[in-house]
Amino acid sequence: MKSVLDTLRRIGAMTVDGVWRVGFATRFLIAILMYSGQSLRRLQLTMREIYFSGVLSLLIIIVSGLFVGLVLGLQGYETLQRYGSSEALGVLVALSLTRELGPVVAGLLFASRAGSAVTAEIGLMKATEQLKAMDMMAVNPIARVVAPRFWGGVISMPLLAAMFSAMGVFGGWLIGVVVIGVDDGAFWSQMQAAVDFRYDVLNGVIKSVVFGVAVSLIAVFEGYDCNPTAEGVSRAITRTVVTSALAILALDFVLTSFMFRGQ
Amino acid sequence: MGGSGCGKTTLLRLIGGQLRASSGAVEVDGREVAHMGRSELYALRRRMGMLFQFGALFTDMTVFDNVAFPLREHTELPPSVIRDLVMMKLQAVGLRGAHALKPAELSGGMARRVALARAVALDPMLIMYDEPFAGLDPISLGVVGQLIRRLNDALGASSIMVTHDVHESLLIVDYIYFVSEGRIVAQGTPDEIRGSTDPFVHQFVNAEADGPVAFHYPAAPIESLLQGGRP
Repeated sequence: MKSVLDTLRRIGAMTVDGVWRVGFATRFLIAILMYSGQSLRRLQLTMREIYFSGVLSLLIIIVSGLFVGLVLGLQGYETLQRYGSSEALGVLVALSLTRELGPVVAGLLFASRAGSAVTAEIGLMKATEQLKAMDMMAVNPIARVVAPRFWGGVISMPLLAAMFSAMGVFGGWLIGVVVIGVDDGAFWSQMQAAVDFRYDVLNGVIKSVVFGVAVSLIAVFEGYDCNPTAEGVSRAITRTVVTSALAILALDFVLTSFMFRGQ
Repeated sequence: MGGSGCGKTTLLRLIGGQLRASSGAVEVDGREVAHMGRSELYALRRRMGMLFQFGALFTDMTVFDNVAFPLREHTELPPSVIRDLVMMKLQAVGLRGAHALKPAELSGGMARRVALARAVALDPMLIMYDEPFAGLDPISLGVVGQLIRRLNDALGASSIMVTHDVHESLLIVDYIYFVSEGRIVAQGTPDEIRGSTDPFVHQFVNAEADGPVAFHYPAAPIESLLQGGRP
């Protein structure tokens, strides 16, 4: 009886804690948006974060995109040629990437490369009292530290996803056309005919923007909310990567179910 | 002055408005801190400098940028003026030559001096020091102590220093309050403190292990533990 009550109590406490964190994160997002004007007016602050989150993530995004494209090319060709439609390889590669793999895989990579770095940076600034010192100097840390990192992530993410998709298509072309020998003209013309800008590309971009907002918010929130100790920072980084991954996959399902129901 | 965990840092947080007093009143320059809105509080903090326990320098900026930070955030001064001001502050703490270093390249004492230069960058009316001597070697300790006194006099500011370093602080302060368990238990000028017969002050100044501040954390008598009771 006692253990049942204890379990119930733990579930209750976890629920309350979870709801509290969601509420706090929402208030945090509102605060970021409130102070965004202030920090976006000083554009070089956000530019710097775009460099750290976006430009420095380029290498992993380009390499991963290329390999995902190579694999897609191989697997896609293998399946398509059974039905004698290997010229549709371009369509398959492009649609998979722009609709799903581009935003999702780039988002996952972005969370583990840039999101974790942002959490670590803000968490360490908190642990070493830098945020408090800033606040005591009458400089709002949300406006000066958090908002630029948030916007840096939100702006970088769609660009990285686009880069990922482009590299993936290139990888698919490399395997399909250059290595296997699918017809070059058919590869591109079928892709051009089948991929719709609004329905496929734009929806993919919307996805990547949503993922960018989610990952950036989670990253800055976990850093700002962490326990100001070595252990607290490391746990916050872990939470950023895990929560971001779950959020991306869950949001992807929700968005996909609204966007792609078959025309 | 007081032992660790007696509420000294909390007092500074209350003065700086980082904590709001649940009862009682904290007045700075005749104004009640707890009732201020954010912008009012920030206006007040621009006239306050604070030196954090371990400096709290911005680790991604150079020494120069650290000291320039409050000037760049709060003034519209042209870069050449900011450069001169920063160099003057760094000259005052003896670190003009270290302006291009990153905080990670500084020793503990140097970092504390840079933080001091940053705290006085806007020529504050009130400077607060949270354990300015923590973790410094004897030479740095003396240097930082003398700097605190000199800068205070040069700026015509008021300084509040929270510390448990008896020897060094008695040399530079005008008046001392001893705090224990959230209450003021003794006060006086350095000479009065040195001659004090108060048991708490005596224990503190002479660094005795046991006295009004007990060596043992409160616990059940040791006999009960030996007889198989709970620890």
